Amino acid sequence: MDKIWVIMRKEWSEVFKNRFVFFTVAFLPLVLTALPLIMLYATGSSGDLSGLSATDIPGRFTVLCGEMSEGECAQYFLVSQFMLFFMLMPLMIPVTIASYSIVGEKTTRTLEPVLATPVTTLELLAGKALAAAIPGVGVTWIGFIVFAFGARLIATSPVVVARLTNPLWLMAIFVVGPLLAVASVSVAVMVSSRANDPRVAEQLSMLVILPLLAVFFGQIAGFFFINERLILWMAVVLAVIDVGLLAFATQLFQRETILTRWK
Amino acid sequence: MIETENLTKRFGDILAVDRLTLKVEAGEVFGFLGPNGAGKTTTIRMLTALISPTSGGATVLDWEIGREDGQIRRRVGILTESPGLYDGLSAERNLAFFARLYEIEDIAGQVERYLRMLGLWDRRSEAAGTFSKGMRQKLAIARALLHEPQVLFLDEPTSALDPEAAHMVREFIAGLKHEGRTIFLCTHNLDEADRLCDRIAVFNTRLLALDTPTDLRRQLYQRTVVFHLNRVDPRFVERVRGLPFIRTVRETEGKLLVALDDPEGNNPTIVRTLVEAGADIQFVGELRRSLEDIYLKLIKEEGTGSGSGDQGSGFAPT
Repeated sequence: MDKIWVIMRKEWSEVFKNRFVFFTVAFLPLVLTALPLIMLYATGSSGDLSGLSATDIPGRFTVLCGEMSEGECAQYFLVSQFMLFFMLMPLMIPVTIASYSIVGEKTTRTLEPVLATPVTTLELLAGKALAAAIPGVGVTWIGFIVFAFGARLIATSPVVVARLTNPLWLMAIFVVGPLLAVASVSVAVMVSSRANDPRVAEQLSMLVILPLLAVFFGQIAGFFFINERLILWMAVVLAVIDVGLLAFATQLFQRETILTRWK
Repeated sequence: MIETENLTKRFGDILAVDRLTLKVEAGEVFGFLGPNGAGKTTTIRMLTALISPTSGGATVLDWEIGREDGQIRRRVGILTESPGLYDGLSAERNLAFFARLYEIEDIAGQVERYLRMLGLWDRRSEAAGTFSKGMRQKLAIARALLHEPQVLFLDEPTSALDPEAAHMVREFIAGLKHEGRTIFLCTHNLDEADRLCDRIAVFNTRLLALDTPTDLRRQLYQRTVVFHLNRVDPRFVERVRGLPFIRTVRETEGKLLVALDDPEGNNPTIVRTLVEAGADIQFVGELRRSLEDIYLKLIKEEGTGSGSGDQGSGFAPT
């Protein structure tokens, strides 16, 4: 465990010196947290939204609104589109860090001396994966907590705020979020094992966000809506996928493969 | 200290190391010479438990590779072909990171000791990325020594260094030898190998020769004595050629080059014969073949397939 921590600290002190990585980790969450708050504020101060609900809110969504007024339902509909950003963060941030952390080792040929120490491959991979995943999950959680407090301060309807911070979203952020981060790191490790340029690795790894974008656009188009059942399914499916991805990524991150195939 | 038995490594269809059998004694500086792509780095990687052999085996400090890799990594140091430093971290933090991975108790003390020893203490807070090639190599050497390994593997330690930095590194390696460490030195620099190594292995996928530099010269080339004369007369050549122990006599640029098996025993007779024939002898010396001659001859023979038997030139590993 000590060595995993040693590797994580080294990764952070090195990776965050890269301005692009620092920008992604610091600025992206700021924007993605501000957007739903701005939307909440804008829709709350725009007065009556019942006109919007009658014509623009998909009929199936109104079922999710339960006892809410039409205006509250409309506000909840609009803001919930942006809530998916909190699931985007644990995908994007780890990809950026892992791409630089692993491909960076390739380009500077720093991994061989590390592998020559008594550190095990598992400790090394765990250190790198955690160093990438923790900031992504951490800033997502912090962003969500900031959002929850901010929402209470600026939202006019406590019902909407309660909905946006209910167990559905708590599970999405605190359970699905880390699972997404694991998937993201695993994909980044796999891609980085083959790519030789951090930017190429990052761009290829970013393909991991496509399924989430499908959910995002699917919800906007009214094909389906984020509800408890969908989140639960996402968690189960992601857990299974994560196990497979982790196993495959670990397989690719073998000592001998790294030394003899990383060029 | 290091013992290999038919150590072999294949990468798919490519044979990188073929049945390498050798033994390196404790406290020895062992030179491992070969052209690019000969399999030297692959051999080092197997012996430092970084990659596993396809067949055969080896022990390092009596620990078996493939079975006791953790023990081996704890006790050997490696200077990789490329320094492989974290450019964004300071020299001190680079070393401290590795000291933690090696579970060194007095991290600050060891880091300071080697930074001072290699003349980098004053620049300890500067990022490794700002260092010159020589300084980077010194820092990489410090990293390889941090955990006080008994066996040190050095892969091309002076390549790409300017003469001054290379000299400093060579002096440092010589110092390590005096400390009693066993050093496995991979190098292209034949002069460096000649000066530093107790024994030398010439290797090109397989072992071509292994011996001390002096004995390699003896085994590969007949001993040749050079007689510098004031003037060379054809009679001198004929008189010397008539002696029973002489193998060949050549005249070149006012010198007689005489090949024979026992110069110490037969030189007085040759000198007497030349003087009696009227020759003015200015100087007598033995023609010293450079390690480069030996290396090139072995590699050329290997390339043309004129080597004999399993060990190329017929030198049995010792």
